[in-house]
Amino acid sequence: MDRRIPLQEFRANRRSILKSLGAAAVGISFAGALSGCGGKEQAAKIGGTGEEPKLNFYNWDTYIGETTLGDFKGASGIDVNMSLFATNDELFAKLRAGNPGFDVIVPSNDFVERMVKADMLVPLDHTQILNIKNVDPAFINVAYDPGRKFSLPYTWLLLGIGYRKSKVKAKPDSWKVLFDSPEYKGRIALLSEAGDMFRLYGKYLGKSVNGLTPEDLKTIEAMMIKQKPNVKAFHEDNGQDLLLSGEVDLVLEYNGDIAQIMTEDDDIDFIVPKEGSQLNSDTLCIPKGAPHPKNAHAFINYLLDAEAGKKITETILYPTPNAAAKALMPDSYKKNPVIFPAADLLARCEYASYNEKLQPLYEEAFTRVRAA
Amino acid sequence: MQDWKRQKAAFASIAVSPVAWLIAFFVLPLAIVWLYSFGRNVGLTEIDISGTFSNYGRALEPLYLEIFGKSVAVAALTTLICLIVGFPIALAITFAQPKWRPWMLLAIMLPFWTNLLIRTYALITVLRTEGYVNKSLGWLWESASGLKVMVGMAPLSTWEPLPLLYNNFAVILGLVYVHLPFMVLPLYAALDRLDRSLIEASLDLGAGHFRTLTQIVAPLAAPGIISGVIITFVPALGAYLTPDLMGGPDSQMIANVIERQFKRANDWPFGAALSFLLMYATFILIALQALRNRKAEARS
Repeated sequence: MDRRIPLQEFRANRRSILKSLGAAAVGISFAGALSGCGGKEQAAKIGGTGEEPKLNFYNWDTYIGETTLGDFKGASGIDVNMSLFATNDELFAKLRAGNPGFDVIVPSNDFVERMVKADMLVPLDHTQILNIKNVDPAFINVAYDPGRKFSLPYTWLLLGIGYRKSKVKAKPDSWKVLFDSPEYKGRIALLSEAGDMFRLYGKYLGKSVNGLTPEDLKTIEAMMIKQKPNVKAFHEDNGQDLLLSGEVDLVLEYNGDIAQIMTEDDDIDFIVPKEGSQLNSDTLCIPKGAPHPKNAHAFINYLLDAEAGKKITETILYPTPNAAAKALMPDSYKKNPVIFPAADLLARCEYASYNEKLQPLYEEAFTRVRAA
Repeated sequence: MQDWKRQKAAFASIAVSPVAWLIAFFVLPLAIVWLYSFGRNVGLTEIDISGTFSNYGRALEPLYLEIFGKSVAVAALTTLICLIVGFPIALAITFAQPKWRPWMLLAIMLPFWTNLLIRTYALITVLRTEGYVNKSLGWLWESASGLKVMVGMAPLSTWEPLPLLYNNFAVILGLVYVHLPFMVLPLYAALDRLDRSLIEASLDLGAGHFRTLTQIVAPLAAPGIISGVIITFVPALGAYLTPDLMGGPDSQMIANVIERQFKRANDWPFGAALSFLLMYATFILIALQALRNRKAEARS
């Protein structure tokens, strides 16, 4: 998922203003349109959801199959209008003051926790999502959403080191090269996400990503300030571009992002450091106030279909929790060590849970690091 | 001419829609953010407006004051470079033949019609390690090295690409590039109105070109210079895209910190306090300028 600032953001912005100001007017024009141009015909096309055939999907950039939305329209008659966000924070900030009209959103695991806590999600009706049977059982009972009441997994992902093979002396199999060593001075780029950075430093220090204390933060902050002169940039999750363009030789990034550019450049590889790393999972949710909840259920069900899931996975190359879709993929995907790292490494990786107390501390400490 | 005071009904009927627009889309949202700055987070999405000053207290801590200071320094340097680069450009346009003038103005304005994000990415492709600047310089270096070998001298050492991106230099360059039209246009407007005979008189009476420029042209163009400085400095102070995309690990400006409060930190009250501090600083600057103008008018 490429989290560069999407231009489409402006579209979503405009719509959100229109929605909040002109909800009444929009409602009237919808009613008019429905009675005017043959409501019956449309109702027939909907195939049971009983809602107008529209859906607003709020997704990451480069995070859907090339034909998925068109295929879904062919299957159900529902028009999907996709807008893009670049970070979970942007998603949260946009929905915080009320849903501007989105039906399906794709928050990561810790934001699912956060949005459930803030009462921003609608419980999913599993009887309308029969394709839940395709999901790998390992992804059903998860700590951040027990029993999958609010979210269904779309992808999972893992932070690690993307690097240029010809420019490193040895495989960078430890976080040390990024966090605690001048070896690759001026040739490394780190993530500008404060929470992820502190948790991964914690991993390097042999702690659990969920077991950090305020004292640990002080230690880590000092380490970050010491390492800062060796860092070329804190990137906005566009690390794969920096690596591909030769700007840096080592970059902290998600495995799927690096897998995407490895198809363009043979000299690039990805490694999960031996200390372990942080797992994320992006999930499909329905926000409170969604105008088309039934269409949303139908859409989520469609995305979890084996064939649709395969087409999505072929494009985005992220690890899929959809076992039926994975079974349809070629070995070049299933046996790819970048996409599916070895089991013993994965055992050392953890999901981060949302920590209300530490989050502001991460941010302030990171501001100090950047200002130092 | 009719006085608007005698035509109140007509004036009101025209004014009502812009005033309503201003209140609905500027004053009201800004007032809400202003209220947020006296609040505190309750839970994840609620803000309790408790009238506390703690957000301002935190914003005035040395950490944030230093970032403010750095942002002011970056914006001031940007403005200064814009002035030094922009003044000759504005002069050249003023003294160019009339048929060329619209084209020269167009050349200044043209980049302005392109989205800032696209211009920034374009600049990145020019400046990066494998970018056009470094590739051209590298080619020249290799050619020079080859020439030296041909005449029997030792070759130059291998070419090291210049670090043009992801540092403070890149931020200043990006800001100057983006804000130059803000400086050139008011300067041109001021210089265009200049009485040419004064320049001729100065030259006739024996002052050199440089002296004419500093003692005749610059004072007469002062209002244009000041408005150019202000409308360059203010947006440069609030810049966040350029430091975000072109800056290095220590290039954060105050607007980046504010953005993080609204997004990552989910601390809107603190973000509101920081942005209002920035706004107070801007207001003071503009008020000083207005005061100066009034004094100047009183004198004349």
